[in-house]
Amino acid sequence: MTTTFVTPKAAAAKQVVKDASMMKQKEMMAGHYDRLTSAPQTGEKIAATFVPGNLNELIMCFGLLNNLPEVNAIQNGLRRTSGAFVLEAEKIGHSEDVCTYVKSDIGMMAKGNIAPNGKKFPDPDVLLLSYTGCFTFMKWFELLREQYKCETIMLHTPYMGDGKITKNMTEYMVKQIKDEVIPKLERVSGVKFDIDRLREYLKKSVKAENDLVRVLQSAKNKPSPIDAYFGAIYYIGPIFGAFRGTDDAIEYYKFLLAEVEDRLAHGLGPVTPDGEMGKEKYRLVVEGPPNYTSFRQFWKMFYDEGAVVVASSYSKVGGVYDLGFRHDPDKPLETLAEYCLGVYTNRSLPMRIDMLANYINEYDADGLLINSIKSCNSFSAGQLLMMREVEKRTGKPAAFIESDLVDPRYFSAANIKNRLESYFQMIEQKRAGARSAA
Amino acid sequence: MEAPVKMSAAAAIVARAMALFEDLSFTAARAWKTAQPGRKVVGYMPIYVPREIIHAADMLPLGILGGGDQLEVIHGDAYYQSYICRIPRSTVELGVSGRLDFVDGMLFPSICDVIRNLSGMWKMLFPQVYVRYFDVPQNYRDDIGGNYYVNELAELRHDLAELRGKPITDEELRHSIALYNENRRLVGELYAFRAEKPWQAPAAEAYLVLRAGMVLPVEEHSAMLRDYLAAARAEERPRRDNCRVVVTGAFCEQPPLNLIKSLELAGCYVVDDDLLLVTRWLTADTSIEGDPLRNLASAFLHQSESTAAKYEPDVKEKGQYLVRAVRRSGAEGVIFAAPSFCDPALLDRPMLQHVLKDAGIPYIAFKYAENSGQMQPIREQAGTFSDSIKLWSGT
Repeated sequence: MTTTFVTPKAAAAKQVVKDASMMKQKEMMAGHYDRLTSAPQTGEKIAATFVPGNLNELIMCFGLLNNLPEVNAIQNGLRRTSGAFVLEAEKIGHSEDVCTYVKSDIGMMAKGNIAPNGKKFPDPDVLLLSYTGCFTFMKWFELLREQYKCETIMLHTPYMGDGKITKNMTEYMVKQIKDEVIPKLERVSGVKFDIDRLREYLKKSVKAENDLVRVLQSAKNKPSPIDAYFGAIYYIGPIFGAFRGTDDAIEYYKFLLAEVEDRLAHGLGPVTPDGEMGKEKYRLVVEGPPNYTSFRQFWKMFYDEGAVVVASSYSKVGGVYDLGFRHDPDKPLETLAEYCLGVYTNRSLPMRIDMLANYINEYDADGLLINSIKSCNSFSAGQLLMMREVEKRTGKPAAFIESDLVDPRYFSAANIKNRLESYFQMIEQKRAGARSAA
Repeated sequence: MEAPVKMSAAAAIVARAMALFEDLSFTAARAWKTAQPGRKVVGYMPIYVPREIIHAADMLPLGILGGGDQLEVIHGDAYYQSYICRIPRSTVELGVSGRLDFVDGMLFPSICDVIRNLSGMWKMLFPQVYVRYFDVPQNYRDDIGGNYYVNELAELRHDLAELRGKPITDEELRHSIALYNENRRLVGELYAFRAEKPWQAPAAEAYLVLRAGMVLPVEEHSAMLRDYLAAARAEERPRRDNCRVVVTGAFCEQPPLNLIKSLELAGCYVVDDDLLLVTRWLTADTSIEGDPLRNLASAFLHQSESTAAKYEPDVKEKGQYLVRAVRRSGAEGVIFAAPSFCDPALLDRPMLQHVLKDAGIPYIAFKYAENSGQMQPIREQAGTFSDSIKLWSGT
């Protein structure tokens, strides 16, 4: 069964304040949540897994429905319910020091496990612990396993500490997929694995991946027709979530690309929550996840100043497609391994620095902004060194702000706004210096 | 004129271990290196690396456990946000202040994202040093995780052989494995002795003697362990009316020595802990027959400690190692002592607490940093815990 939606005509986008693609993405997500919460009635089985290392094509081979706890936490952040969930988790013994995605999830469970559509999430049938690029994932699913008491499958993705994928890493992962993941998913679902079915899904993934890359790279234009951080949160939703490998994803990215190309043809900048963005004044590369509890307010601090994000690392947490990776239907298991190995947070710090410095050059950005997240050591540990190194290599100014994913206690609007304003002044000074030197 | 007070044998050993502990310039390791031309030193962070391979390359494995409470962190704080634990910042401090300038290689085990990312930082900061992120399998099947791990070990063996300029032979590996087997047996003996008579081997002393193994060659450390055990057995010490506890959660960033002392002063004999796990990570002798790397891999997969950085595939086994530690050591309670912002320890804690609750084992929890100075709150908490165990354990 697939979620169907009506594709609005690209021309209609001009008449609405929000990107039509954003609306469409919302519809897809809503449809997916309805499928999840209807599972007890429809008999569909649910596999919970994570965004980095999300093996959606494989999950679909077993007719399983993908549920991503980070996405649920994000939804709770956007709806401003995560704060209470985090507090609930802390009340029942979880440390104030640890990841707020986890605590939002645990708190949500304690408070009835209600999905964004107001209906109860069914318990997952299997936890596919794709242990990719984040230590917390392992503990998160151990915690969920304690609650749900369901089958839990560990898929360990080795870290790219030396900046390369070795044969040993790929073989280890393929062996795990073949001898651990697939047999267990067969057992849980009662569906026999069909490698040709996987190939078909992978072929579909490639089409969506190609279009996503074209969308993201459209930001190389001036003005950029997209915001590659705030706007990209919407753009990456389907492909990082439950839609990679589906016709829905192909249609969505085709439509999104058409919309972006239309904006490009008309010399338009990104659509913001307040409508068309004014003149593009600053082009930024951003490292780190956003804050979700004050997402709109946070974004507004940028577009009010004419700042557009032209590239971001966060839009690569579910796959680094712009550097060339595509799922390869000709080597279906190896490609799943390589996908997991290559996600952004599984890359070494020097690799991440290279990426960010290259983005600044390729997207002709004014500098690097790091939003350092209290909850997320995978991203945050080492960011101060990254900032200095990128500054050194590019000669462009960098700035550092701090917030959290879904804990509203760690979003200090005044502090962040002050920092951003100072940063934009710094960019202006740099420009003035460059002009006078010329 | 008063005659000088003669130090007991145990005190003399502990004094030497204390001097090694306090020496943040690593004088002993430097002296070892300069004693013969061509010697090399390879540092490693918690919680586990196969020191046997480093030793087999004629190198000194050097445990780097942060800067403790005596190191003033000046540069290190500039590399980390306030919400990241203390050990990476003091380790960076050790590096950028030149205290580790004699170290030829650094291994960063896969314990958490902070130490993982520190491996990349080290590559950037010290490009002349051999740096390896040391990944271990989270799959424990010989034909899956085992094969992967054997190949990882082979890479490490190859890299260290390149560093010294000649291959590491199987014989060299077997010799080193035998030495570390012996060392672990002695550490096991010390832990068993302390569990039996904790007043004879106070936790802070046992810790210092164990900690000396981070900077001394294994042969020398084994001799120290033997001497300390003999001295501790021979010397009668007063027994306090303390309860018996297992301390857990302190496997990476080390608590200040004063914290360990404070627990015992507050009425809690530490009869088991997860400090310096590298010294007893493998729980049985590693075979010295056949393929040494395969043997090291097999030991890791099937005969190694459990801790938060390791996945537990069997839900029924989750946390049972802690229950077993309590039973084995005759402990009456557990103290969760975790460093602030330590993801592995703090994320694992609720699950371990549920297991203890089901097993009827009392516990308390607090956090520390390696440079925590105020012990009074911890002493009060531990004292109350001890009193409650003594007063209510029979009810």
